[in-house]
Amino acid sequence: MFQIFGIGPLTWITFLPLLGMILILLIPSGKDERSKDVSKSLFRWVTIIFTFLQLLLAIWIYANYNYYLAGINDPNGFQFVDKFKWIYLYGLPLLGNVSVDYFVGIDGISAPMVLLTAIVCFVASFSSFSVTKALKGYFAMYLLLDAGMMGVFVALDFFLFYVFWELMLLPMYFLIGIWGGPRKEYAAIKFFLYTLFGSVFMLLVMIALFFAVGSFNMLDMMDPTKYNPNSILFGVDTTWRYIAFMALFVGFAIKIPSVPFHTWLPDAHVEAPTPISVILAGVLLKMGTYGLMRISWPMFPDAVKHFQWFIALVGVVSIVYGALCALGQHRVGKRDFKKLIAYSSVSHMGFVVLGMAALNTTGMEGAILQMFNHGTITSMLFMVVGVLYDRSHTRGLDDFGGMANKMPIYTGLMTISFMAAIGLPGLSGFVSEILVFLGAFQTYPTLTIISATGIVLGAAYMLWTLQKVFFGQVPDRWAGPWDPTHKKYKTDDLNLVELVALAPLALIIIYLGIHPNAMLGIMEKSVNHLIQFVNTGWWTMAAGL
Amino acid sequence: MIPIEQFLIELKKSIILFQPETALVVTFLVALIVDLIFRKSKNVSGIILLIGFIVTGILLCTAGNQNSVVFSKMLAVDPFAKFFKWVILISSFIVVLMSFLSKELYEKDRRLGEYFSLIAGMTFGMFLLAGASNLIMIYLAIETMSISSYILTGFTKEIKRASEASLKYVIFGAVSSGLMLYGISILFGLTGSLNLYDINYAIAHGKAEMFPLLISGIMIIAGIGYKISAVPFHFWTPDVYEGAPVTITALLSVASKAAGFAILIRFIKVAFFDHTSPVAGETWTLLSTIDWKYIIAILSVLTMTFGNLVAIWQTNVKRLLAYSSIAHAGYLLMGVVVMTDAGVAAILIYFVVYMFMNLGAFYVVMLFANKIGSEELDDYTGIGYRSPVLGVCMVLFLISLTGLPPTAGFIGKWYLFIAVLNSNYIWLAVVGVLNSVVSLFYYAKVIRNMFLRGVDQEHEPMAFSPMSIIMLLLLAIPTLVLGIWYGPILHWANKSVGLFLGN
Repeated sequence: MFQIFGIGPLTWITFLPLLGMILILLIPSGKDERSKDVSKSLFRWVTIIFTFLQLLLAIWIYANYNYYLAGINDPNGFQFVDKFKWIYLYGLPLLGNVSVDYFVGIDGISAPMVLLTAIVCFVASFSSFSVTKALKGYFAMYLLLDAGMMGVFVALDFFLFYVFWELMLLPMYFLIGIWGGPRKEYAAIKFFLYTLFGSVFMLLVMIALFFAVGSFNMLDMMDPTKYNPNSILFGVDTTWRYIAFMALFVGFAIKIPSVPFHTWLPDAHVEAPTPISVILAGVLLKMGTYGLMRISWPMFPDAVKHFQWFIALVGVVSIVYGALCALGQHRVGKRDFKKLIAYSSVSHMGFVVLGMAALNTTGMEGAILQMFNHGTITSMLFMVVGVLYDRSHTRGLDDFGGMANKMPIYTGLMTISFMAAIGLPGLSGFVSEILVFLGAFQTYPTLTIISATGIVLGAAYMLWTLQKVFFGQVPDRWAGPWDPTHKKYKTDDLNLVELVALAPLALIIIYLGIHPNAMLGIMEKSVNHLIQFVNTGWWTMAAGL
Repeated sequence: MIPIEQFLIELKKSIILFQPETALVVTFLVALIVDLIFRKSKNVSGIILLIGFIVTGILLCTAGNQNSVVFSKMLAVDPFAKFFKWVILISSFIVVLMSFLSKELYEKDRRLGEYFSLIAGMTFGMFLLAGASNLIMIYLAIETMSISSYILTGFTKEIKRASEASLKYVIFGAVSSGLMLYGISILFGLTGSLNLYDINYAIAHGKAEMFPLLISGIMIIAGIGYKISAVPFHFWTPDVYEGAPVTITALLSVASKAAGFAILIRFIKVAFFDHTSPVAGETWTLLSTIDWKYIIAILSVLTMTFGNLVAIWQTNVKRLLAYSSIAHAGYLLMGVVVMTDAGVAAILIYFVVYMFMNLGAFYVVMLFANKIGSEELDDYTGIGYRSPVLGVCMVLFLISLTGLPPTAGFIGKWYLFIAVLNSNYIWLAVVGVLNSVVSLFYYAKVIRNMFLRGVDQEHEPMAFSPMSIIMLLLLAIPTLVLGIWYGPILHWANKSVGLFLGN
C-alpha cells in the first residue's frame, strides 16, 4: 500500500490539516502594519496549500479506489486501512478489557464523503478571503474543523469516531461565535448545545454497545453473534434495541438536521461567515446521514425495519416543511437570502433520509449521491450569497434586482447552482433526486408522491429568488460609486478568487449530471452489500442466536 | 492481653508505615520554626513545604504496596489510601506553587509563614483521613483538616467577604462535626466499638438494631457530605469558595473533596458491606431494610442538577466554579452509588483528571485576577485576546470540565458512565449526560466572554512571567494528554481499588 513515512494516506488526509494548524500557530501575527499584512497572507496561503494537498490526496485515493471491494461489515473489504493499537489494557478484571484501536479505512460509503470534504474545504478556503479579523485564530480553527470532519468519515472504531465527532464542535462554536453576524453568540451556543445534546445519547449507546461486544470496533458491533448474551442489546427486536436505535437516531437527526430538530440550522447559517456556512452545509450535515449509514443501519437492522415507516415520514416532513419554510422567506420575516438556502438544505437533506429509509439499492445510491450533490450545490449557493453580501452588506431578497446586467459571469454560474438545486435534468441534483424517488416509490408510494411536492415548491422558491435578485430593474441605490455608509454598493463582477472558488463546483455539478457513474460506480458494491446485509445478511446471522 | 514484645513489634511496624505522615508533621513544624527565624523572607516556609512534600512523595514511593492497618487498627495503609494520598499531595504541591504567584496573598505586607504551615497541617489531616478506619480517627482527621482550612479561608482577613466566608465555614463546619459526632456516639453505643472492622463484625452478626443504625449512618454520612459539598449539605460552598483566596479555593475543591470521598467510600464499604458474601464488595447487604443505593443516587442527582442549574446564573467566575464543583461532586457520587470495584476505580480516575482540570481553571482565574483585580464574568470580556496562551488553556480546562473529547475530562466522565451503565442504572446515566449538556452552557459562558465578545476592541496585551506560564503548561498538558493516552491512569486506578477489609 502507498505510504508516506510509513503512514497511510487516510491518516495523512486526516492529520494534514492539524499540521497546518500547528504551522499557523507558529507564525507570529506581526507587530507593525507591514508584517501584519505579510502574516495575514501567510495564514491564508498556508491554509490553501494544506487543503490543496489534502485535495490531491483525496483525488489520488479516488483514482486508486478498488471498485470491487464492498466494506460495510467485511474487514477485508476496506481500503487504505490504517490500524494499530491505541489503548490496550488486558487483565483488568474490574473495568473489563479495554481495547481502543486507531482504525481508519474507507469503503464505498465513506469514499465520496472524503472526496467531498476535501473539495469543500479547499474551495471554502478561497472563500475565506472575505474574512478579515483575527485571521490566525480563524484559520487555526478552520483547519481543526477540517481534521475533525475528515476523521469522522474515515474512522472505523466507534471511540475514534466519537472523538472526531466531538472534536469539531469547539472550532465550529468559535467560527460562528467570533466571525459571525449580529446574533452570533446565540447561534453559536445553540449549535453547540443541540449537537452535544444529541451526542451524549450517542455516548450512552456507544458504552452499551461496548459492553455487548467488548471492543469499539464498528465491524464487531455489526455482528449479532458477537453480542454478549447478558448485554441489554443482545437479541433481535428487543425494547432496549429500539431505545438504543432511537437515541442514536436523535443524535444523528439533530446533525442532519431533520424536522423537528432543525431549528439550530437557520440560525447557525444566517450568522456564520460565508466559508463556514459552506462547510456547515457542504460537509457537516452529511455527518448525520453518514452516521446513520455507518452505524445505525448495519448495527440495528431490526430497529430500522421496525421504524422504517417513521424514518421515511421524518424524511418527507423535512422535505415538505423545509421547502415551505424556504418559500416563506419570500413573504415573512427578514426575507433573508441565506435563511432561504438554509431551509432548502433541510428540504434537500430530507431526500437523503427518505432514500435511506427505502432500504433498497436505488434509494440508498440516490441518498449517497444526494449527499455528495447537496454538498457541492449548496456550497455553491452559499458562496453565491456570500459574493452578493460582500458587495452589498445585505442579504435581503428585496434589496436586489437586475444583477444579471451588472454581473453576467456571476449570474451564469449562479444559474447553474440554482437549476441544479431545483433538479434540472442534465445537472447533478436531478440524478440523485430521481434515484431517491425511484427507490422510495417501491417501498412507500404515497409518501413519495407527497414528497414530490418538495420539488415543485423548490422550483417555486428558487425561481422566485432568481427573478427577484437577478432580473428586473436595478434599484437606485446600486448606482454611483461604492460607499457602504450611504448605501451605495459595488456591482463589479466576480474577481479571480471568487471564480476559483465557484468554477470547480460548477464543473462538478455539470459533470456528475452527465456522467453520474463517476460517483455511482465507487459506491455501488458497498451499497449493494449494505442493503443485502440490512435486509437479509444480518438476519441470517441473528437467526442462530 | 497483648504481650509487650508483640506490641512493640506492632508499634515499630506502624511507625515505619507512618513515615509519609511523619514527614508532613515535621514539615509543618519546620515551616513554623523557620518562619520565626527568617522573619524577613516571605517565601522560605513555602520552600520548606515544597521540600517536605517532595520528601513525603519519596517516602510514599518507597513504602511499597502495603495492605494492612497500623496503630491498633486506627489507620489503614492500603492501595486505596495511597492513591488518595498521591492526589492530595500533588494538589497541595501545586497549590503551594500557585501561592508563590498569587498577588492577593502577597499584598498588604502579609506574613505568609502561617499560611504555608497551615497548608502542611491541612495536608496532614487529609492524609490521615484517606486511611482512617476508626471513628475517632475519622473525627480527628476531619477536624485537623477543617480547622486549618477555616483559618486559611479567612487568611486575607481585611477583605470582608473572606472573613465572612471563614465565619460561615466555621459555623457550618461545627454543626456538621457535631452531627457526625452524635452519629459516632450512637454507633459506638450500638456496636460497642469505634473500629470500623469490629463494627462491621457486630452488624454482620446482628448485634445492632436497624433503626438506630440507620440514624447514626445517616448522621455520619451527612457529616462527610458537608466535606464533599453534596446537596443538601452544600450551603457553605459558594460563599466559602468565593471568599477564600483562590489558592485555598482550589485546594478545598480538589484535595479536601478527595479526602472526603476517600472516607465516604471507606466508611460505607468497610462498615456496611458484607465481605463474606460470594459477590464480595458489590453488595449493601447489611442494611437491606433500606435501599441505600437509591438514597445516594437521589443525593447524586440532586447534587449535580442543583450545582449545574444554579451555576448558570452566576456572574462571578469563582462562584461559578464553586457551583460547578458541587456538580462534579454529584458526578462522583454516581460512582459511590455503584460502589462496585469498577465504580470505585471510576472515582479514582475522575479524581486524577479533576485535579488537573479544576486546579488549572482556578489557576487561570488567579492569574487573571492578578492582572485585572477581578473575578467577575463581565470583566473577562475579550480577555482571551489579551493573553492568548491563558485564554486557550482556560478553554481547554473548561471543555475538559464539560467532559468533551479529546480532553481528560471526557475520560473521567466516560469511566463513570461505564461503571453506572455496567450496573444497569440507566436512568442515572441519562440524568448524568443531560447534566453535562447543561454544564456546557455555563462553561461556554466563560468562553464566550473571553473570546466571542470584544473581538473588535483594541487589546492591550497581558504579560505573564515565564514561571507562571510553565506552571500553566504543567496543568494544561496532562489535561490534554490524558484525554488521548489514558492507559497509565487506568492501570493505576485498577490496582488501587483495594481497601483493607480486615482479616
